[in-house]
Amino acid sequence: MNATLREGIDWVGYVDWTIRDFHGYTAERGTTYNAYLVRGKKTALIDTVKAPYGQHLLQNISALAPLQSVDYVVCNHAEPDHAGALPEIMAKMPNATLVCDQKCKDALSRHFDISDWKFEVINTGDTVSLGDRILHFIETPMVHWPESMFTYVPEEKLLFSMDAFGQHYASSQRFEDEFPLETVIQEAKSYYANILMPYGKQVAKVLQQMDAFNIEMIAPSHGLIWRSHVQEMFKAYRGWAAFRPKPKVLIIYDTMWGSTGEMARAILEGAALPGVEVQLIHIRSSNLTRIATELLDAATIAFGSSTLNAGMMPMAAAVLTYLKGLRPAGKAGLAFGSYGWGRGGPEAIDEYMKTMKWEILRNPLKAQYRPTAEILDECREAGKLLAVKAKDLAE
Amino acid sequence: MKKYVCDVCGWVYDPEEGLPEEGIDPGTPFEDLPDDFVCPECGAGKDEFSVVD
Repeated sequence: MNATLREGIDWVGYVDWTIRDFHGYTAERGTTYNAYLVRGKKTALIDTVKAPYGQHLLQNISALAPLQSVDYVVCNHAEPDHAGALPEIMAKMPNATLVCDQKCKDALSRHFDISDWKFEVINTGDTVSLGDRILHFIETPMVHWPESMFTYVPEEKLLFSMDAFGQHYASSQRFEDEFPLETVIQEAKSYYANILMPYGKQVAKVLQQMDAFNIEMIAPSHGLIWRSHVQEMFKAYRGWAAFRPKPKVLIIYDTMWGSTGEMARAILEGAALPGVEVQLIHIRSSNLTRIATELLDAATIAFGSSTLNAGMMPMAAAVLTYLKGLRPAGKAGLAFGSYGWGRGGPEAIDEYMKTMKWEILRNPLKAQYRPTAEILDECREAGKLLAVKAKDLAE
Repeated sequence: MKKYVCDVCGWVYDPEEGLPEEGIDPGTPFEDLPDDFVCPECGAGKDEFSVVD
């Protein structure tokens, strides 16, 4: 199932059709681990695959070139889904030198026994010549790990971008223009939201650096290769990296006996103004991956939970823990929820929003046992407040 | 007062500016940051920082 990017440059990775739980990321379409073989006077392998799939990678390479002809293995990222097969690969490629930066070498040494591997440690600006084509290296710290880097081939205007611009998208075809663009961008958005959201500043810096490059094709380490919509993808990334919001209200909640759910729907009614998108998400009917994806370009958020054991419900706490780690910036929100005798649910959410430095639009909306008609009116008013604020923020 | 750079991600602590959003006042030298200080960008600890010459 190889695919040719340019003459002598082929995809040799592995398509993981069946994975759904990718360290907690719900990969609804599966994923791919992309590796690429660049053949010239010298031959380089760009990245590898997840550990159990090393044999597939070796077979794909062998179909194109003898394993002993590989001179370089470039490691753009030390995470096990791309570097996991390295021990197997290095053992089968006796003539290969591993090319990476110092931080990557350090990280690899913590994962594997690297004592038999030959290394060429590079910095940004360094190059490796394959004869007619030259690999240029650009370190991109925190996009996605400290040791992450891009490899660029100017002769082909081709960027190997590692996790950046990737998508969890298993498919039989390899290029983005073989699928509806909207679907591919949506998967790229989900990937960005769940993997790169905390590193928007670093992503913005990298995007700025890329302006100086003449890029026609981007080959990430997951999902489809960009060749027809590179500019659209850059544009989308610039918006996400800047947390540019849409006029969009997100209502996220968990409920025990329906009271908090009733409040959520009243907020929805109030928020449904013309020109405003409102999403209602019941936490236990959704998943962390979808919630983070929706959060990325939402302007305002109502987050609700019933009070359970003097705190919020555990899955609500799980969502907030996850979202806080993703460091969503520039949001405004409010907390809501029901309680019986003790307090705790909405108040705990309010505290969480403050630690995320969101603008708090009002004090928590609370209902004892069941929301009264007055409280539901208050919820509708709060919904309107969220919608108006969302329009403001999106301007 | 010297600037310190996070060796993990490259973020720079400038004591002139402090980190007001984390409650660290402008003018706080790196040495006086609390032991549990972490890089606001990548979460690396204080011992991952080195002085900027």
